[in-house]
Amino acid sequence: MSAMVDVTFTLNGHTTSLAVAVHDSALTTLRDRLDHAGAKLACGEGECGACTIIVDDISVNACLMPAPDLDGRIVRTVEGLWEGDGLSKVQDAFVRHGAVQCGFCTPGMVMQATHLLEQQPEMSDAEVRRGLEGNTCRCTGYSKIVAAVMEVSRDAATKTAEAAE
Amino acid sequence: MDPIEKKEIVGSRVTKLDAPEKVAGRVRYVNDMTLPRMLYAKVLRTDRVHANILSIDTSKAKALPGVHAVITAADTPKFGIGVLKDNPPLKGDKVRCIRDEIAAVAADTEEICDAALRLIEVEYEDLPTVFETVDALAEGAPVIHEDRPDNIAMLHEFKAGDLEAGEAQAVHIFEDEYDVHYVTHCNMGASCCLADVDTDGRVTLYSQTQYPFIMKMDIAPSLGIHPGDLRIIQPPVGGAFGAKLDVYPNEPICVLLAMETRRPVKLLYSREEEFIVSPTRQPVEFKIRSGMTAEGKLTFRDVDSRLNNGGYTSWGATTPYVSMRTGTSHYKVDNVSYRARAVYTNNPFAGSFRGYGNVQATWALETHMDQMAEIVDQDPVAFRLLNSNEQGDVTPQGAKLNNIDLKGCITTAAEESDFLKKWQANLGQWDSPERFKRGIGIASSLHNAGGAKIHKSDGCGTMLKMDDYGRVTVITGASEIGQGIDTVIAQIMSEELGIPMRDVTLVMNDTATGPWDVGVHASRTTYIAGKSAQRAARKAREQILAAASRQSNVSPDELDLRGGHVVQMKDGEPVMPLDRLLRQMHFAGEDAELVMVSDYYEPPSEPEDENRYGDMSASYSHAAHVAEVVVDTMTGEVKVEQIWSAQDVGKVVNPVGLEGQIEGGIAVGIGYALSEELQLKDGIVQNPFFRDYHVMTAPEMPPIHMTWLETNDEEGPLGAKGAAELPTIVIAPAIGNAVYNATGVRFNHPPLTPEKIARGIWERKQQMRAAAE
Repeated sequence: MSAMVDVTFTLNGHTTSLAVAVHDSALTTLRDRLDHAGAKLACGEGECGACTIIVDDISVNACLMPAPDLDGRIVRTVEGLWEGDGLSKVQDAFVRHGAVQCGFCTPGMVMQATHLLEQQPEMSDAEVRRGLEGNTCRCTGYSKIVAAVMEVSRDAATKTAEAAE
Repeated sequence: MDPIEKKEIVGSRVTKLDAPEKVAGRVRYVNDMTLPRMLYAKVLRTDRVHANILSIDTSKAKALPGVHAVITAADTPKFGIGVLKDNPPLKGDKVRCIRDEIAAVAADTEEICDAALRLIEVEYEDLPTVFETVDALAEGAPVIHEDRPDNIAMLHEFKAGDLEAGEAQAVHIFEDEYDVHYVTHCNMGASCCLADVDTDGRVTLYSQTQYPFIMKMDIAPSLGIHPGDLRIIQPPVGGAFGAKLDVYPNEPICVLLAMETRRPVKLLYSREEEFIVSPTRQPVEFKIRSGMTAEGKLTFRDVDSRLNNGGYTSWGATTPYVSMRTGTSHYKVDNVSYRARAVYTNNPFAGSFRGYGNVQATWALETHMDQMAEIVDQDPVAFRLLNSNEQGDVTPQGAKLNNIDLKGCITTAAEESDFLKKWQANLGQWDSPERFKRGIGIASSLHNAGGAKIHKSDGCGTMLKMDDYGRVTVITGASEIGQGIDTVIAQIMSEELGIPMRDVTLVMNDTATGPWDVGVHASRTTYIAGKSAQRAARKAREQILAAASRQSNVSPDELDLRGGHVVQMKDGEPVMPLDRLLRQMHFAGEDAELVMVSDYYEPPSEPEDENRYGDMSASYSHAAHVAEVVVDTMTGEVKVEQIWSAQDVGKVVNPVGLEGQIEGGIAVGIGYALSEELQLKDGIVQNPFFRDYHVMTAPEMPPIHMTWLETNDEEGPLGAKGAAELPTIVIAPAIGNAVYNATGVRFNHPPLTPEKIARGIWERKQQMRAAAE
C-alpha cells in the first residue's frame, strides 16, 4: 500500500477533503474518486490538453499534477461551469458555432478557452490559436472552436468600448 | 389562429443535438464508464516480431493477490478475427508482429494487472523476419502464414480496354513511383471496451465499434457463443475515423475475461499502446505508368501497387476496393490496368481510415497528373479539365457518374484562388536567392457519395413512433460517433412532420433496439440512414394526414404539417393541433391507431462482380482543392497559408456539420501531407507518443475557403450526398503540388517533413550546379 496524504481543496466552490495516494494524479483523483469525469484521460503525459482544469487561475494538465498538490487549491472543472444559470458563455458559443463533434477534447478545450478569456478578455485570432495550441482536436480542424472563442472575446471588447463611452 | 408558414429546417444552420451535454462535461464515454464489481484488464504483448512461442507460464501471475483471471490461447476458442480470420485474439503458437497478444489479466486494479503481466514468463524461438513487401515477395522469403507460402494476403486485379493499343496511341509515356506511409488515427479517446456477461451467458459489450450489427457475427466465433447472445451498446466515442470497423483482439479478450470471471471487465489502452496497437492507414507502394497524345489526352494508365499488409489481415488489404476506382476511373481513360497485392510482413497491420484507399491513391495519381501536365507543357488546371469525367460517364469499372460536376469543382477552386496567375508567377522563382518561396497546387478526386456495397446489404432501418403529445421517437440503426447523424435525422423529422427538432428523441447505438445498419463508413450515413429516416417520416406523415382528412373532410393532398399543427397546404391555415389529432387517433375505441412505422432502405447500388465491375455506390462526387504554401528553403518548413475547397455535396442538409466535416477532414489531410508518420524500425513503432507524432494544432491550420456545388442527387435524401471523406482525400497532393510549384523539387513520398524538403532543395542545387559546370 502506498503512502496516503490528506488533502483539502475547493472543487467548483465546494470544500472537498479526502486521502490520496502520493503517486495519484489530480486527474485520477477527480475522475475515479470524486466522480468528476468531465476532464478526460487521453494521453496521460501532458501532450493533448483533454484533461485541462483551472487551478488557482492557472490552467493545468490534470494528468501531470500530483494529487497531493491539490491541497489548499481552488480547483475548477468543466462540471463547475454550468452549475449556475445554464451554460457559460464559452460553452454556449461552442454549441452555436458547431465547435463540438465527438466531444472528447471539448471539456479540456472549454476550460482552456475559459482560462484564456479570463487572463485576456480581448484576443486576436492568432492569440486564441496560440492559446489553444496545447489542446488537440482530431475532429474539427479548430476553425469553429476558434470562432466560438473569438465571439466571446469580441463581446468582451464591445463591453469595454461601451464602458469607455 | 394565424396561418403557419413552412419552416425550412433542412439546409439551415442548426446546432448539434448532443453539443450542450458535451460542453457541459455530462457525456460519459466508454472510457469514463464503470459497472458495479467491475474488474480491469491488461494485455501482455510480445517483445519480438516473428517467433515461435515455446511456452507461456502464467502460474506466478495467477497466484498474485487481486488477480481474478489470466487467459492465454490455451484457454480460448481457436478462431481468428479480421477480414481473413487470420488473427487469433491470443497467440498460442507463433507471433508475427509487435502487437501480438500473448496473455491477458483481469484484476481488481490496473496496477495489479501491470504487476501480474510482469510475472508471466514466455519462451520464444526467433524466426527470420521480413519488413519490406519486395523482400516478402522474393523467392525464399520467410513465410508469415503457413497457409499462404507466397505471402500474398490478397490480390486485386482489373483490366479494361486494350493497354497495348493505348500505348500505341501515346506520344508521351511517363512512369513514376509513389510510396505512401504509415499514419494512425489518433482518436482522442483511446481504445476501450467493457464487457458484462449475465447469469445465462448472454454478453453485453460496451464498444467503440462503427459496425455493431455485423460485428456480432464477426466476433461470436472467437468467443464460442451464438451471435444472437451478444448485445452491442455504443456509448459516445472519442473519435473513430475508421479505426473501429473490424474486430480487433481487445474486444474478444475483454469478453473472454468477463466470461471467465463472471464480472464486468474493462480494457482501456494507454496512449502508447494505442499508437502501437491500433490499426494504421494502409501504406502502399504505387507504380503508375501512363500515356497521352501530343495534346495531352490520356490514352492508357497502368497501376501496380504493393500493400504492406503486416502480420494479419484487416481492412487495409481491402482498400483497393476504393483506390482501384480512383486508379481506373478518375479522369477519362479507356485503357486501364490495376493490380494491388497485399503482402504479409512482420510489420503492424492496417485497417480503414477516413478516405479509405483513396487518400493513398489520390496522392499518387494527382502527383502523377501534375507531372504529366508538365510534359505536355500545360498548366495543371487545363490538363485536368482536358481529361475530366463528365456527367453521364460510365467508368471502366461500371460506376455511373450521374449528377457529377468534376469540371465545376476544378474551375471553381482555380478561379476562387486566382490559381493560374499565382502558379505562373511562382515558376520563375525556383533559382532565385529568396529564402521564402510561395507555391500553389491543385488536386481533385472522385469518391463514393451514396454508400458502398461491400456487404450483402448497404441498408439501414428506422422505426418511428409518435406519442400522445406530438413528440416523435426515432429508433435508427445508424451509429452516432460524433459525425452528426443524430442532428441530420432530427432535421429530417422536423421538416417532414412539422415539429421542432427539440421534440425529436433519438434511440440509437444499441443492437438490442436498433434495426440493422451496415455501420458508419464510406461517407454513407446521411445518405442512407437519412434516406431511411425520411421514408419512415413520410409514412408517418401519410398516416397522420389520412386521419386528419377523415376528421376535416379535406383531401390529404391539401393538408400539411407545420408548427405542431395540421394546416391547409395552400395558405397555412391551421386545421387542428397535431397532439390533439394523435390523441383522437389513439383513443378511438375499436378504431384506435398509434403512429408507429418502420422502414428499411436498400440503396440502388450493386456489389462489384468477380471481374471488379459494378456500380458500387448509389452516388458519386468530386472535390478539388487548391493549397497555397510558403516554403522556408533554409529549414525546409512548409506553412500552408490558405486552402480553397470546391466540393460537390449534393443538397446541403446541415451546413454547420458539413463545414465541420470539411475543416476537420482537411486537418487530417494536412497532417498526412506534412507531419504525421508512424515510424517503424524492424517492425517496431519508434514514436508512440503525441510529442513525436505530430497532429495539426490550432496555430498551424490555415483559413479554408469553401464553395459547395449543389448537384441535387436524385436518390439521396432531399438531394444530399455523402461528403466527409473527400476533404481528407484531396488536400495532401494539392500541398505536394504546391511545394513543387514553390521549389521545383518533386516529393513523391509523404510526409513532406522539413528534413526531406531541405534535403531535396539542396540536392536540386547540387544538380543545377553540376549541370552548369
